[in-house]
Amino acid sequence: MTDIWLWMSDLANSKITALLIFFTLFSGMLLYVYGDKKRSKRLESYKDIPLDDDIHENMTKGDRKNG
Amino acid sequence: MVHSSASSTELYNYDIVKKFAIASLVWGVLGMFTGVWIASELAWPFLNFDIAQISFGRLRPVHTSGVIFGFGGNALFATSFYIVQRTCQARLAGTYTTHNFLFIGWNLALVIAAVGYTMGITQAREYAEPEWYVDIMITAVWVVYFWVFVTTITRRNQPHIYVANWFFMAFILATAILHIFNNLAMPVSFTGAKSYSLFSGAQDAMTQWWYGHNAVGFFLTAAFLGMMYYFVPKQAGRPVYSYRLSIVHFWALGFMYMWVGTHHLHWTAIPDWTSSLAAVFSILLLMPSWGGMINGIMTLSGAWDKLRTDPIMMFMITSLSFYGMSTFEGPMMALKEVNALSHYTDWTVGHVHSGALGWVAMITIGSFYHMIPRLWNTTLYNMQLVKAHFFLATLGIILYITAMWASGIGQGIMLREFDEFGNLANTFISTVVMSHGPFVVRAVGGMFFLTGMLLMVYNIFMTICQAKREERASIEQSVTA
Repeated sequence: MTDIWLWMSDLANSKITALLIFFTLFSGMLLYVYGDKKRSKRLESYKDIPLDDDIHENMTKGDRKNG
Repeated sequence: MVHSSASSTELYNYDIVKKFAIASLVWGVLGMFTGVWIASELAWPFLNFDIAQISFGRLRPVHTSGVIFGFGGNALFATSFYIVQRTCQARLAGTYTTHNFLFIGWNLALVIAAVGYTMGITQAREYAEPEWYVDIMITAVWVVYFWVFVTTITRRNQPHIYVANWFFMAFILATAILHIFNNLAMPVSFTGAKSYSLFSGAQDAMTQWWYGHNAVGFFLTAAFLGMMYYFVPKQAGRPVYSYRLSIVHFWALGFMYMWVGTHHLHWTAIPDWTSSLAAVFSILLLMPSWGGMINGIMTLSGAWDKLRTDPIMMFMITSLSFYGMSTFEGPMMALKEVNALSHYTDWTVGHVHSGALGWVAMITIGSFYHMIPRLWNTTLYNMQLVKAHFFLATLGIILYITAMWASGIGQGIMLREFDEFGNLANTFISTVVMSHGPFVVRAVGGMFFLTGMLLMVYNIFMTICQAKREERASIEQSVTA
């Protein structure tokens, strides 16, 4: 185990270390985004946020008028 | 400002958004006028009038800072504050004083920098010309900007942080890191303008282009993508094509952009592996860039008729097309073999402007035409003027970039031509003579684009006047009733 840490902390291996870390993180992100149908559906539901802001504005205006 | 609509003053803070939007237009006209002037100086050198303060070398950073940080920066403050409030359904954090500190601090820093350039005060770093005292002002403004943006997000009434805000967040954070490290310098004295960079030689060059290209990546790309991910769906009236693709777009850009700056230093004294690494990541960047472009354009899927009927949509979709084109051209120019021909020629200038005018300016213009009437609770004064603006801008860009392709590729070919004895076949001055025609066309292209901007300013001015008239009429009506 110590050998691995020594190898990683050697500046000469920094390029491979960085590549491994970033590749793993990026693959993890892809798996997270596309790996689960339920999660995919939830993520896609967020795309309506910009269109909902008008509804929110009108609702709040309505609330204030009624209130 | 007195003409805020009831809803805007109660729900959201639009006053600061309005100020930044107007400042953006003012800087846009000034910066682009300076650009047209210096382009004309290259075509007709007598325009220098032998006055040092208006010579090309002094005015060029006035142009770049004016359009990037004046027009683009103010537009980003305006749109990020508009978007973060609306997508978080929360009022902007900070007080009137905080917002004015941002507005005055940012614009004053730019004015001081621009006046300094004309007097020859510059630290000669690409897109980071201001000396140390302006750099400190910008840092102070940026820290407050970060605080206002993040605090607004933490106060959100919407559980999810919309992807546009992610892009803005990345832009604010990355710009802070880039600005601080690139500008590490030692002033000669606290009463003098001159300072010396902490870096030197090849490391200095690499630091400068780490900053330079990431300014393109995070200031001119990520931030304007934030604009795109909000305003394109709003104008199209339909959600973005794929939210998951926008997430991949965000992370892929974030992972890849930081590595590519060294492609500006091919065939120089830097280590060869850094050059190769930059070229490889530049090619890889094509994928997320085109993924994002397709995501934006496909948002219009099912409503393609808007491309014929809605001039604001024309601006937005054309900007995405230019985003796609320049993010294809960029990686191609980052290949060492192509770079050997294109570097140190006008091809680079053409490439920058296809991105800056085609992508950055056009998405900003489209977004402003959508946002500004809503800020003043009215409609646009004249949609036909928007259409005329669109065609003037598009024609201007096409003239500009085709002229620069002709000039740049011509220069590259001429400077690589050898005679039978192995000597250079052409002198430098012969490339300048060849470039004269394209220089004239480039200046004319710039004039087209600037004319379009003037039309926009007139249209926006009349829109605001119209809003004031409507407000007065509504007050009179309510008094009578």
